[in-house]
Amino acid sequence: MSKNQEFYWRRLHSLLGVIPVGLFLVFHLSLNFTATGGEEAYNNATGLMELVPHWLLLIVEWVVIYIPLLFHGLYGVYIAFTATPNVKRFSTFRNWMFVIQRFTGVFLVIFIAWHIFQTRIQKALGAEVNFNMMEEIVANPWMLGFYIVGILAATFHLANGLWAFLVSWGITQSPKSQKIATYITMVLFVVISIVGVAAILAFV
Amino acid sequence: MTTAVGTTSRTVKLEILRQDKTGESSRWEKFEVPYRPGMNVISALMVIQQNPVTAEGQKTTPVTWDSNCLEEVCGACSMVINGRPRQSCSTLVDQLEQPIRLEPMKTFPVVRDLQVDRSRMFNALKKVKAWVPIDGTYDLGEGPRMPERKRQWAYELSKCMTCGVCMEACPNVSESASFIGPAPLSQVRLFNAHPTGAMTKDERLNAIMGDGGLANCGNSQNCVAACPKGIPLTTSIAALNRATTVQMFRNFFGSDHMVD
Repeated sequence: MSKNQEFYWRRLHSLLGVIPVGLFLVFHLSLNFTATGGEEAYNNATGLMELVPHWLLLIVEWVVIYIPLLFHGLYGVYIAFTATPNVKRFSTFRNWMFVIQRFTGVFLVIFIAWHIFQTRIQKALGAEVNFNMMEEIVANPWMLGFYIVGILAATFHLANGLWAFLVSWGITQSPKSQKIATYITMVLFVVISIVGVAAILAFV
Repeated sequence: MTTAVGTTSRTVKLEILRQDKTGESSRWEKFEVPYRPGMNVISALMVIQQNPVTAEGQKTTPVTWDSNCLEEVCGACSMVINGRPRQSCSTLVDQLEQPIRLEPMKTFPVVRDLQVDRSRMFNALKKVKAWVPIDGTYDLGEGPRMPERKRQWAYELSKCMTCGVCMEACPNVSESASFIGPAPLSQVRLFNAHPTGAMTKDERLNAIMGDGGLANCGNSQNCVAACPKGIPLTTSIAALNRATTVQMFRNFFGSDHMVD
């Protein structure tokens, strides 16, 4: 029954990008933002997660983060590499968004894989995830740069992906509504970028 | 028989991507033809056809291209002109930068030179049932009346001439990708808007919910920018996205409203 399933895989890809992956990103960056209030505020906020029983946290992590993210990421790479970018010939705004969406998507697979290795896997191996850990990571200016680019790629990919979600599910049909959705999602991009970058700079 | 027209020295420079057969390698050839006022790309190609000699004086084969109506309604003469896919009949030499670079629309199999095989578009129209079924064993009489305002926007969709420009412009349509492309999708919206066509609209929606269908659109919106007839292709795609969202739920949960 693998025939004629592509429509559903694509729709699932679109849905998972917003719920839960997109929602998780907003939650994640908001939690990080507590670092702007200092080391104690950040450790207290992240410490709240430790109150959740370990087995439940694992289930939530797999169901809400890893499985949807893995599907969205791997299927997204397939989508990205079936395209033939042509911004040289068609340098319109939307065509640039199309290319940047695919470029950030592929970059995010690499960035997120590294980020998970550097934090979550280290935690599983016995390290403690706290303010000090992030402080040590971003003490390296190259790593700080890598994280800032990663955060901006993620916020852009979410904001523009939300625009595409609205089209793909048939919510924004008219050119006018699509244009207004562009403005709203770009404002969203700026706002969550500020939250995300302010958070990472708080560890410097 | 060269009738010198006042400005004899003016010429039109062209560079054409030549290819002898499907799948063979291609090469650029340069041509220079005398300028005439009001020339279009096809008239320049016709001069080359009469005397197939390159700008360097080398004898070559006549350049092959497709054309038919010469008034931008048949869709046959599409090619990539200075990087943009468009009709060679309605593209005027005066409005182009020289040398004029002509290439085939390589999203389709190249038959020879500028001639391409657009069969995949016609097959796609069959796949999505882009017609209104009225055949029966007895006279079905008149169909339901179409609201005038609906007729007006549906008329815009009916201007599609299957020229393939949107297919060439789309980054998700290629010989190696399965995406059906913008033109046949918009035809689904057209025939589903027709009161009699709507009686089989679930069949068309289910057809574009197959592999390589509607969901493979990546929203680059190049199609609507490139369409020579100004068809609102991306609005059609978004409208179909909504219709298939509803259809998806109807298919799964069941519905008595498949065709209304």
